[in-house]
Amino acid sequence: MTVEAPPRGGIGESVRRPDGIPKVKGDFAYSSDLWADGMLWGATLRSPHPRARIKAIDLGPALAVRGVHAVLTHEDLPGRKTYGLEIPDQPVLAIDQVRYQGEAIAIVAADHPETARHAAAQIEVELEPLTPVTDPETAIDAEPLHPGGNLLRHVHIEHGDPEATADVVVSGEYEVGMQDQAFLGPESGLAVPAEDGGVDLFVSTQWLHVDRDQVAASLDLPPEKVRITLGGVGGAFGAREDLSMQVHACLLALHTGKPVKMMYGREESFFGHVHRHPARMRYEHGATRDGRLVYVRSRILLDGGAYASSSTAVCSNAACFAVGPYEVPNALIDAYVVYTDNPPCGAMRGFGAVQTCFAHEAQMDKLAAEIGIDPLELRRRNAMSQGSSLPTGATVRSPAPVRDLLASIANRPQPEDPGGFPGGHSNTTRGEGVRRGVGYAVGFKNVGYSEGFDDYSTARVRLSVVGGEPLVEVHTAAAEVGQGLVTVQEQIARHELGVERVIVLPADTTVGSSGSSSASRQTYMTGGAVKLACEAVRDELERRGSGDLVDLVGDEPIDVTREHHHRPTFPLDEKGQGDAHVTFAFAAHRAIVDVDTELGLVRVVEIATAQDVGKAINPQAVEGQIEGGIAQGLGLALMEEIQVVDGEVRNASFTDYLIPTVLDMPPVALEVLELADPGAPYGLRGVGEPPTISSTPAVVAAVRAATGAALTRVPIRPDHIVGI
Amino acid sequence: MGLGVRLTCTINGEPREVDGLWEGESLLHVLRERLGLPGSKNACEQGECGSCSVYLDGELVCACLVLAGQAEARDIVTVEGLAPGEDELHPIQEAFLEAGAVQCGFCTPGLIVATHDLLARNADPTDPEIREALAGNLCRCTGYEKILDAVRLAATR
Repeated sequence: MTVEAPPRGGIGESVRRPDGIPKVKGDFAYSSDLWADGMLWGATLRSPHPRARIKAIDLGPALAVRGVHAVLTHEDLPGRKTYGLEIPDQPVLAIDQVRYQGEAIAIVAADHPETARHAAAQIEVELEPLTPVTDPETAIDAEPLHPGGNLLRHVHIEHGDPEATADVVVSGEYEVGMQDQAFLGPESGLAVPAEDGGVDLFVSTQWLHVDRDQVAASLDLPPEKVRITLGGVGGAFGAREDLSMQVHACLLALHTGKPVKMMYGREESFFGHVHRHPARMRYEHGATRDGRLVYVRSRILLDGGAYASSSTAVCSNAACFAVGPYEVPNALIDAYVVYTDNPPCGAMRGFGAVQTCFAHEAQMDKLAAEIGIDPLELRRRNAMSQGSSLPTGATVRSPAPVRDLLASIANRPQPEDPGGFPGGHSNTTRGEGVRRGVGYAVGFKNVGYSEGFDDYSTARVRLSVVGGEPLVEVHTAAAEVGQGLVTVQEQIARHELGVERVIVLPADTTVGSSGSSSASRQTYMTGGAVKLACEAVRDELERRGSGDLVDLVGDEPIDVTREHHHRPTFPLDEKGQGDAHVTFAFAAHRAIVDVDTELGLVRVVEIATAQDVGKAINPQAVEGQIEGGIAQGLGLALMEEIQVVDGEVRNASFTDYLIPTVLDMPPVALEVLELADPGAPYGLRGVGEPPTISSTPAVVAAVRAATGAALTRVPIRPDHIVGI
Repeated sequence: MGLGVRLTCTINGEPREVDGLWEGESLLHVLRERLGLPGSKNACEQGECGSCSVYLDGELVCACLVLAGQAEARDIVTVEGLAPGEDELHPIQEAFLEAGAVQCGFCTPGLIVATHDLLARNADPTDPEIREALAGNLCRCTGYEKILDAVRLAATR
């Protein structure tokens, strides 16, 4: 059987998302919307101190509150008392000490959410505050917070001659603040105890199976007795990779024999998930007088906070992408991530590449100024391309269109400006002191999991005849977090099988793992798995003979499951050498800003971008990813930072942690390139992360161009611009 | 904790009565947890994000900032009450889908109600007017470009 004319709604079309109608009507069931008969509400008691010894806990006053059904601590956990994505070092509930402000100590189930919160506040915990370790610079030599000491990982990369010298040298120190993912739908879920002694959990997450395995370990249940179904997810951006309320709700449900719902408020959400690592980076670039890079030396320090989360992988990314998408013959890179008593840090969109891109792009501008050439020209002269070698010694196999991307943003006409002053209507300037600046940046990162991890996704595809018409059902455990993965799965099935009626079933753990909705990998990995399963369905149809599809299927549905593994990758050796990544994604940005140099206010006038996506499976969704990613990059450049003072968070609210509004976000002029990656399904790359990587340095470069200020730290504050 | 308050009001044109409220419950909690109307979303519960935007006697408010008792005898319209029928969409809802303005969708109900309010006051808003009107609604996924497209599109219908 061959597919002659693909039906409408296949790949390459801006197909509407299947969950769109319920989302606009308010009917879509997010994990915070779930409800069950006789349901209880859970609440969490958290530490007010960043570091303290727990001397005693008295649950009596909480148990005495009417309407309370359970008050539990780590002592009630039947299984593993800790969890973690890479190293299980984080207590599900604090054991004898707390290592960050907001660490969970005890949990309560009650018949009303306010009763649960009130009861949690009645728990009497005797805490002996200890001096927290909060400075990552001195953390390595400080008192160990974990048995193995405070150095969580050091990645050392030596490439070419680490002691190379050059005619022109520029150096700088750069700093990135702690950014929050700030998804809109706070952590939430519903745990329902099952008759077989197991539990059914409906939750918003990024990776169902890794949640399942961790919940099962802590509850001492076999994995098959923990069944997880994806609840509607209100954004993720990395913050749902780690567990939040999963074990807590399941433990309360098993303990009380009743369904338990947990739903964080915004303040609790700031304490309930990891953040982007703050970074301090020292760079030295050496070049020839005609602008050829000779060497880059870099020392990167990431604050991992209290627990490991995905810090070791973030550290590796920071090191591997430290020099940017350039040919650098000699490099010496040392990246460190350390434990402190600050909030735990882990995954956020861009994952290590965001921090170093801010630094390497600032360095490229500084170098261009030192040599006296145009910053775009310096980038062009050093741009990597297909076949280039990375500092890890690996060869870039796929197209690496850095020059094309730079040309695209350089050639864009300057926009017609709608006008307005930085700060909006309330600014009393008449234009005096307002300066325009233009800045450029380019960045890249890996797609998929790296360093030898067996990264795969599973898809089950079933072709049947229902009501005389063919029906394709696609079943995966891949998390739709807003990015449009459900649409992509439908489109691929339509394209491969020529059947218009395709349904994507709810994601759950009754099918094999799809891996995480992270690392810009799901269209590549799960899209690839759906493609493989559809090809297997086609093989079966061919085996059955020729003729009409409906007749070939008849009463015997075809039901196949396939795994898609990407090309193997390899660990880095002690000199940071190795073919550690499967493929890369690239983007470039140009920012135009107006700056009120007297008030330190910035208005971003326009962002132009070019990004290679290999193949745009759904062009409208690709644009949505690019625009949304830029907004998060702009936020890091100009406003977003979790303020941590002595280990305590000072701004855990949307009143004090600002994310861009529609007034802050300018129009985006974008060009999408589709240069196929020969190793990828349909040639596609990941889309989600590159927009967040180089948008930040482009905005900062534009503000530097307008003001002449050095601006070595993001987010930029008004006083950095004004110079006070 | 006393659970003794009764609320009587009109929601999406229907008279509704609900008993046994705790005095501190917000209108948002009552809509979501007691009346089966979870369309208004709980993203910040402090009036910063606009995800729970509803009409209270025709005025756009954040339901999280309204005590349930304040809604006594008043007329409330939520996102669930905008479409003309069960299987139909309001033109604003249709425009959000067509423009690709929906990703995770958590901000969408609030933005749709806020857009409804804007276009009721100003049928042909300029871009700065749209931005001003929607400045109280946070979205983390879209970067707002396609939301602006959706509002422009809805204004033509």
